Formats: sequence, C-alpha cells, structure tokens
Amino acid sequence: MQGVLERAERFRPARRHRLAAAAAALALLASGNAIPQTIKPPQTLQQTGLYADFATLRVDPDHLAFAPQYPLWTDGAAKRRWISLPPGTSIDGSDPDAWVFPTGTRLWKEFSFAGERIETRYLERKADGQWLYAAYVWSADRREAALAPERGQRGAFPFGNGRSHTIPGVNDCKACHQGSRSEVLGFSALQLSPERDPDAPHAEAASGIDLRVLIEKGLLVGFPQSLAQPRIAAASAAERAALGYLHGNCGHCHNESGPLSNVGLFLRQTFANRQAAIASTWGHPVKRPAPGQSPDAVLRIAPAHPERSALMQRVASRYPALQMPPLGTELVDQEAVGLLRRWIRETEEHEEIISQPKGRVP
Amino acid sequence: MKYLLPFIVSAAFCMPGSATAQGTQDPVKRGEYLVTIGLCHDCHTPMIMKQDGPGPDMTRALSGHPQDIVVDGPAGLPKPWAAAAISTLTAWSGPWGVSFSANLTPDPETGVLRDFTEQQFVQTLRTGRHQGQGRQILPPMPWPLIGQMTDDDLKSVFAYLRQIPPVKNKVPDPIPPVQ
Repeated sequence: MQGVLERAERFRPARRHRLAAAAAALALLASGNAIPQTIKPPQTLQQTGLYADFATLRVDPDHLAFAPQYPLWTDGAAKRRWISLPPGTSIDGSDPDAWVFPTGTRLWKEFSFAGERIETRYLERKADGQWLYAAYVWSADRREAALAPERGQRGAFPFGNGRSHTIPGVNDCKACHQGSRSEVLGFSALQLSPERDPDAPHAEAASGIDLRVLIEKGLLVGFPQSLAQPRIAAASAAERAALGYLHGNCGHCHNESGPLSNVGLFLRQTFANRQAAIASTWGHPVKRPAPGQSPDAVLRIAPAHPERSALMQRVASRYPALQMPPLGTELVDQEAVGLLRRWIRETEEHEEIISQPKGRVP
Repeated sequence: MKYLLPFIVSAAFCMPGSATAQGTQDPVKRGEYLVTIGLCHDCHTPMIMKQDGPGPDMTRALSGHPQDIVVDGPAGLPKPWAAAAISTLTAWSGPWGVSFSANLTPDPETGVLRDFTEQQFVQTLRTGRHQGQGRQILPPMPWPLIGQMTDDDLKSVFAYLRQIPPVKNKVPDPIPPVQ
C-alpha cells in the first residue's frame, strides 16, 4: 500500500497533501518490487571499496577518475566518477560501439547539489556477467552513505516548488542502462575522446583518463587505432554540441540496438551509422504524439521551427507524460533547450543529409 | 461521477466465467485465464448495468475508456475523499490527475499495444513505464502486482491480447492534476 501512496505522489507535481491514501484503497493495489535483484549489493558505500581511507574520504588512488564530454543532465548536480578494473584485466574494445568490461569492473558516480554530496551510484560486473546496481544515500553530516531502498528514495534534495531530487530505484537504473548493448553509458569512445567538444552543455574539465591513455596503458584492447579520436560529424559547432547532448541524454534508450529500436529514433552516435540521429529526426514524422504534445508538432524536428518540433517540446517539458528524458530529472535543462533551439533554427544545411543519409563522412 | 467502491467489489465478482486454463500449455488460453483472474476487465472493459447488477460489456472487451464518454476535468472531491471513478470504471480521478484505461485490443489505429514488442510489454509490467522505459503508467494500474508474474505468464497475456477482437476506440490523453 505504501508503494501506491508513493506512486500517487509522483504524479502531483506541487502541493503535498494526504489524499493519496484513499486513492490507494480504491486502487486495490499491492506494493512490492517488480524485479527483485538477485545479487545483493553491499550495505554501505564504504564496503564497495571506493575509498582508500573512509575517515578522510580519500578515494583509492588505483581507481581511475573520468569525465564524459557529454554529461547526463541531472538537474544541475555536480558529478565525480571513477572506474576500477581488476589488476591485469582490460576492456575489450574490438566492437567500438559496445565495449565489453571484465568481471569485477566497478564504477561509481557521486552526485552533489549545492556543494553537498547527496548520493553515489555504483555498478559492478559480477562473475555471471550481470551488472549489480546500487545507490548509496549520504547521511545528513555527509560522513556515511548507506544503501538506498531498491525502489529508490524521493526527497533527497529539495529544488523548491515541490520538486526534489529522486534517488532512482534499481528498475529505473536498468530502464536506461539496459537500453543498449553496453550497460556502461558514460565510459565509451566518444565520451572519452581526447578531442573534447568545447560547446557541450555543462562541459566538465577533462580529468583523469581519456581514450588515448586507456589504449596506451593497455586498459583498452582491440580498439581500432583509426578511431582513436572520435568526433561527431556536424555542419556547425551548435550541431555538434546538440547531437552530443542528445547522445549523452537520450541515446541510451533511443538507439538502433536496444529494446526501443522499433521506435525508429536513433540519437546514439555510433561508428556504424554516424548519420542516424539527423536522419531519424530532421523532417521525420512523429510516430505517435505524446500526451500534452501540441497538434502542430507533427515532426520530430521541424527544420527552422523549434516551437513546432516534438523533440523540443518534450525536452522542454517536465509534465510526466510528456517530458524527455522520462526519468532522472525534475527540472528543465535550460542551457540544453537554448542550444537545441539554436541548432533547429539552422536549417538548410541538412537537406543533403535527409536525401542522402550516408553522404557525409567525417 | 460517483464514489463506487461497492460497485467495484460487486463488479469483481461478475467477471466472465469459465476461464480455467490451469495446466494448459496454450499461451493464448493461459493468457485468457490470467487476464480474467487478474481483473484486467475491471478497468479495461467498460462496466454497464445489467439485470443482475454491474458487469463488463464484453462486446467492447478490453477496449479501454470509451471515446464517446467525455471527461474534461478531475472529480473535485470533498475531504476525506481522494479518488473517484466514473460508472464505467474506465476513468479515474485522483492526486495524479485523471487517468483513462487503455485500449488493449489489437486495433491498428487505436490499440495502445500496436507498437509494442513482446519484450516491451513484459518490461512495461515490470517497470511501470510505457514500453518499459518511457513515461510512468498512471494509477490505479496495478503493475507492481501484475509485474510479479513470470516471463511466460506475461508473454501469454500478450499473446492473448494480440488475438482478441480489435475495437476501434481512441482513449483520450490523461489530464494533469490541478496545480
């Protein structure tokens, strides 16, 4: 029953009241986890091995810090990330679009708001090939971080106007991370390219390792040398940054290889098909309008008309039935909205691409 | 608009009978059985008043909220009421706004599952998200309960829904809650 109350609350964006109780009774629902995770994560962040000295929060120097060039928008959270590969192992990069990580690989991502650590997410590849998903909630004094409930936790940090940061449940983690061939999203060739995009929204300073260093250190093997400086093929700086943003924020679900491939919206940049993002958006009809979408938004991107572009309406909304991404964010990314609007106003350059999707090669 | 808990309870005992697929290996038969005992008709088939009380209108089985019944806003309930349904049990008002039960028939124009793969259907019930990864499904859809079926059971439900008679019925979009 508590689960019903929580779900009802999610759909009421502003005022808090207790009316959900009766809704829950009428709904005749039962609470529970839809997909219990069979492998149990450590109970504390300390037990995952992130820190060499937990008392001082000194990160183990053997872990590798990294920063993707097109970071995921999480309502303005500041993030730090690390990866750990077991000694003597390496990542198999022979498929440049879907790296294979060795058993025992661990990744962490720390989220801070207003300078305070709020949560740290954790991924670990187990011996059976599955990935373990966990999120750890920092205590009020920021000295300890305990395992979050499997269904997530609302209200982790207030944004005002009744909105707050939600620590995702395991199912929501998987909704994005299991949306393409690799469950690791921000640690990939394009995201770690030495040739970083200076116009990427919320660009972070290059820190730690990049693609070149990974290859030099033998931590990435089999990756084609000819692809070692990937860069999005684009007609302008705005287009490059816009496609990069869509790659980092939408491409984990909207790609050619995942469960949503039948939607036909391919925003993930791949070496196999570098034109898919423009070909599947620019002048492309909407397959099915989302609730709340305006009737004149019949195209995913209406060239020169951001206000009539369905993609624009969804990125700029936080009405739950319309917003994109549908989870992981409560606040519109205004910087990205501005970038995407500028890009859509640049119009003529794409006519050639629409007619000849494979005509432009980087 | 009425407050219809007694109606719901009585309707739950008026489901179409003879669904006995225990032990059958036919996915469609098993799906029919699961849809029946899983109370899917309670919300996805419009309720009508019959001589012996309320029951589902099986001529419109699983076709969702009838498009000709217009609901243009939430119920506006006095305290302590929190939620309400219209007499067909296909439109629900609560803190989430107004939700309408989906058309689960394989109508190529209006059926909600027309773009779903089997995998997406299973994931939708597992995660409570449209096509498994999209927007959240609104209350009172009991996906946390239904999502605990086995993969085979959920696939059987999908197999059954794909071959029931299509009903052309465009269910309206949900109505957001009043700010």
